[in-house]
Amino acid sequence: MRLVVAENITKIYSVVAAKVSKDYKVGEIAIRALNEVSFEIEPASFVSFVGPSGSGKTTLLNLIGCLDKPTEGKLEVAGTDVLHLDRKQSARFRGENIGFIFQDFNLIPVLTVYENIEYPLLMVQNVPGGERKKRIMTLLEAVGMADQKDKYPDQISGGQKQRVAIARALVTNPKLVLADEPTANLDHKTAFMVLEIMKKMRNEFQTTFVFSTHDQKIVGEAEIVYSLEDGEIVEKQIKGGTANE
Amino acid sequence: MSNLFKIAIRNLKRYKRRTFLTAFLITLGVVFVLLFVSVTGSFKNMMIGQMTDSMLGHLQVHRKGYLASIENLPLNMNLRLQAYKKLEGILNQQPEIEAYSPRIKFGGMFSTFVETTNIRLNGIYPDRELKTVPLLPSRVTNGGGKPLEKGEIWIPELMAKSMKVNIGDTVVIIATNKDGSVNGKQFKVAGVLESITGPGGRDGYIHIEDAMEVLRMEEMEISEVAVRLKDFSRLRSFSSKLEGILSGELSKQGKPMFELHTWEKLSPFYNIARMIDLMAFFIKLMLIAVVLISIMNVMIMAVYERIREIGTIAAIGTLPGKILSLFVVEGFSLGLLGVIAGNILGLIIIAIVNLSNITFSFGRQTGLVLSAKVSPMDMLVISLIVIVISVVASLQPAFKASRMEPIKALRHV
Repeated sequence: MRLVVAENITKIYSVVAAKVSKDYKVGEIAIRALNEVSFEIEPASFVSFVGPSGSGKTTLLNLIGCLDKPTEGKLEVAGTDVLHLDRKQSARFRGENIGFIFQDFNLIPVLTVYENIEYPLLMVQNVPGGERKKRIMTLLEAVGMADQKDKYPDQISGGQKQRVAIARALVTNPKLVLADEPTANLDHKTAFMVLEIMKKMRNEFQTTFVFSTHDQKIVGEAEIVYSLEDGEIVEKQIKGGTANE
Repeated sequence: MSNLFKIAIRNLKRYKRRTFLTAFLITLGVVFVLLFVSVTGSFKNMMIGQMTDSMLGHLQVHRKGYLASIENLPLNMNLRLQAYKKLEGILNQQPEIEAYSPRIKFGGMFSTFVETTNIRLNGIYPDRELKTVPLLPSRVTNGGGKPLEKGEIWIPELMAKSMKVNIGDTVVIIATNKDGSVNGKQFKVAGVLESITGPGGRDGYIHIEDAMEVLRMEEMEISEVAVRLKDFSRLRSFSSKLEGILSGELSKQGKPMFELHTWEKLSPFYNIARMIDLMAFFIKLMLIAVVLISIMNVMIMAVYERIREIGTIAAIGTLPGKILSLFVVEGFSLGLLGVIAGNILGLIIIAIVNLSNITFSFGRQTGLVLSAKVSPMDMLVISLIVIVISVVASLQPAFKASRMEPIKALRHV
């Protein structure tokens, strides 16, 4: 984690973005998806990026998740300057530091609930058997899926799939969990339940959760909310007050 | 590694029909190749065995230059007694040799007192000849399987039929010796020999002492020495060794005394055998093409259908090498499935072919029973070809999967 010393206050950040921009080329035309975005995310915080479609939420999450690289600016994730990581280093960095929760759950259909959670420990981190089982069972209990562990993804509901995805994201003990529209495919009741589980996990494992959403009803669940419009952060809300950027 | 196999097998089970069809195609290919190799291989080995074990021996030694004029059976190219004794001394020292048989080969006239025709004859020591070419008695179709005695003759089947000669009949052999002197001797027909394909397949046999008498030889002269090895598979190495030893034996003029030829140089069937090997090679190439196309097709489809999954596993930190392994193992497993099924089915079909007692003809030989046999080495080679090609065919799609940008893969619909 990066130590930022300013005005005699020492702060540790999970993510530090400074004037981050991202351009995409569509044919000959360059489209700016993000424009000089700057922010810091503290560890164990529960942060949301909100905004309408095309505002740059997913692009920003992809950059934080080292799935893409900024065109301009500086970006540090978990204390690492991620701009200069090559393909292999990025994959290794993601495996060690970042957990992902996807809108469509993205569970591997040929693996059971248990095996889906086990996958990153086996194929990414090579965690020994005993430790693996302990971690998986702890998370299965925490997300309330222990009794469904032998089922395949097509045998469980959307809410259950997202709970499994949360467990898979947390099983590697990441410093940061990124969730792109994690509730978009869920009904409201289930969406709130999933967010409750995410918060519970944050409290239990002290992991930073960053999620994107366009659903105003669930935005209130975040402790810090960044509002995006046309690739720029237009507002930062902290629960109990507003800090305009 | 076991996890890679677990995921690969589950993915194969995911598209059952496609996996079944591809594995079935590979299975058919393996069965077809096994059947072809077993039938042609057995035919080839049977023909080689028949020629070497009932006529030629595994290799033959002649006086240098004899083979070039073998069609005339030149008596002046025979090995003199002294040269033969020298050769005998060398052959006796070779532990690889099971037996050898000296022969006097000559052409003559065969007369039934009513009709006369020409005949090619081998003068042999029956006991030594039988040790060298043990299947010779099996060619004697008529005669009760008794060994050849002095004063007796085994004549070729075609001659017996065309000249209406029966067992026990008296015939006359007339021959000219190397000095031009003509001599004749009466023989009792003691056996009729089945014709077989290849040189000497329609020759008659008499005792070597009778041959000497007909040819008025004062001391023995030998046309050829047929040699049988203890282990036929060591023919090449042994012939090279013996050739080396024999090349050291020089005549008074300083020229090599002997020449050595394996059955391959003595029989035109060798070219047929080579053609069979070539056909087997092309059949294997076809198998390679079948496996390559089917596995590559399936793996390309598998990668295309699972782009989002690839994006997911790449996003959560799976290294490109591991993604590559996942798909290669899947192709390998599919190939292995085809190989196992193909080998089992192939063995069953070969057993059925053998139980069916299918007969065929070759040249003048009829009623040859098709006895298909496949060696474990053939099965291993065919299996390895399929497995290696399965892996090779999976590499390109697997490489493509491993190089995918996770962000693009995750966006794929």
